[in-house]
Amino acid sequence: MSDILYLIIYGFVVTALVGFLASWFERKITARLQYRVGPPLLQPVYDIVKLLGKETLVPFGVSKATFLSAPLLGLASVALVSTLLWVNTLNPGKTFIGDLVVVLYLLTIPSMSMMIGGFASRNPLASLGASREMKLILSYELPFLLAVFVPVIKGGFSIKLGELLSFQAQNGVFGGGASGVLAFVVAILCVQAKIGFVPFDVAEAETEISGGLLIEYSGSSLAIFKVMKNMLLCTLPLFLIVIFFGGLRFDGINALYSLLKYIGILFLIIVIKNTNPRVRIDHAVRFFWGPVMVLAILAVVLAFKGL
Amino acid sequence: MNLKQKALLKSLWVFHMSTGSCNNCDIEIIDCLTPRHDIERFGMVLVGSIKHADVLLVTGSVTRKCIPRIKRIYEQMPKPGFVVAMGECSLSRGMYINSYNCPLPLDKVIPVDVYVPGCPPRPEAMIAGIVKLIEKIKATSEGKK
Repeated sequence: MSDILYLIIYGFVVTALVGFLASWFERKITARLQYRVGPPLLQPVYDIVKLLGKETLVPFGVSKATFLSAPLLGLASVALVSTLLWVNTLNPGKTFIGDLVVVLYLLTIPSMSMMIGGFASRNPLASLGASREMKLILSYELPFLLAVFVPVIKGGFSIKLGELLSFQAQNGVFGGGASGVLAFVVAILCVQAKIGFVPFDVAEAETEISGGLLIEYSGSSLAIFKVMKNMLLCTLPLFLIVIFFGGLRFDGINALYSLLKYIGILFLIIVIKNTNPRVRIDHAVRFFWGPVMVLAILAVVLAFKGL
Repeated sequence: MNLKQKALLKSLWVFHMSTGSCNNCDIEIIDCLTPRHDIERFGMVLVGSIKHADVLLVTGSVTRKCIPRIKRIYEQMPKPGFVVAMGECSLSRGMYINSYNCPLPLDKVIPVDVYVPGCPPRPEAMIAGIVKLIEKIKATSEGKK
């Protein structure tokens, strides 16, 4: 029973609320960096409520089941990942063998669901966006795995999130050493691509392919995709904090540290978004398989050396 | 006015379609996104696809080639959706009123909610037009009660 409560309260409600706040924060910081005023605090909520109240159009000749279930698939997987992360953050004893692997698998599904929706929507621009998303997954997934491998090596080859957290509580955070810093740099670049933020938003480039993957989505199915993207803004920084910076704690002064960690990582992602132009898809693939891959391998080697 | 409509008024997403305009109105639309006029304060953003939009913003004298296309775009807009005609050309065809290529003004092709005159309209005029649209939506929803 308590597990279901975790899924509903922490996995969905808390993550979505933090995600809405993060989404507002992102738009506000972007506006302030461009000397604009920016949207009001409740803007993400207005957007979602408005989209839920609009007509949902299904394009002619499209498999209705695939087209409409793709957003639900993505939302469900994000909710599951955040449940696992919150359970381990609040109660490290509740971990099980291989939950790190489960999290890594589930983190790919949001991109997959957008690909399914894009290919299902029978629009040439959406197919183009979906194929770009596929190439992007192929390019960032291996460096991301190597970056996640570094905490695993340093934590004594444990693939339990809870054990990684308690190891960090005793021996200091993994993000402190040389290999940890390198792995964190690699991971944050991959997270940028996973969220679909500007240097790597080739899949839904609004000016070239006018929305890309999401071009045919409208009304409540678009709203679910928006909620999924807002929740990713909470889940992915939380994942980075758990594996590199010792998780979140809410007792006394530690609550302030936790807030600083989260806002710091979010701010870093937003600043990367606002100071870079969009790269072309071949540049993105070359970037991830070239310099980022070298950095990731270097981090793994350093971790084996014990640095 | 119910929750749905309140949310709609606070987040109008705009899709811009040019039906053969001279690009002057289109540049003035981009002016609305700059620091001086920042319309994101009111929750308005330009979107890339008509399926995401609440407002169809039309510029340009509606040419013969564009008439079937603007009709299709209008049909693809998820309802409730609104149409704003912008600039002298889409209001009354402007200097092309006697042209063989512009048989009809925009409001004879699709229903138009708000007209923004000017050649090109200033960004202030566009914001005033959006305020008119919001007041119109409010008035019709109260009339329905």
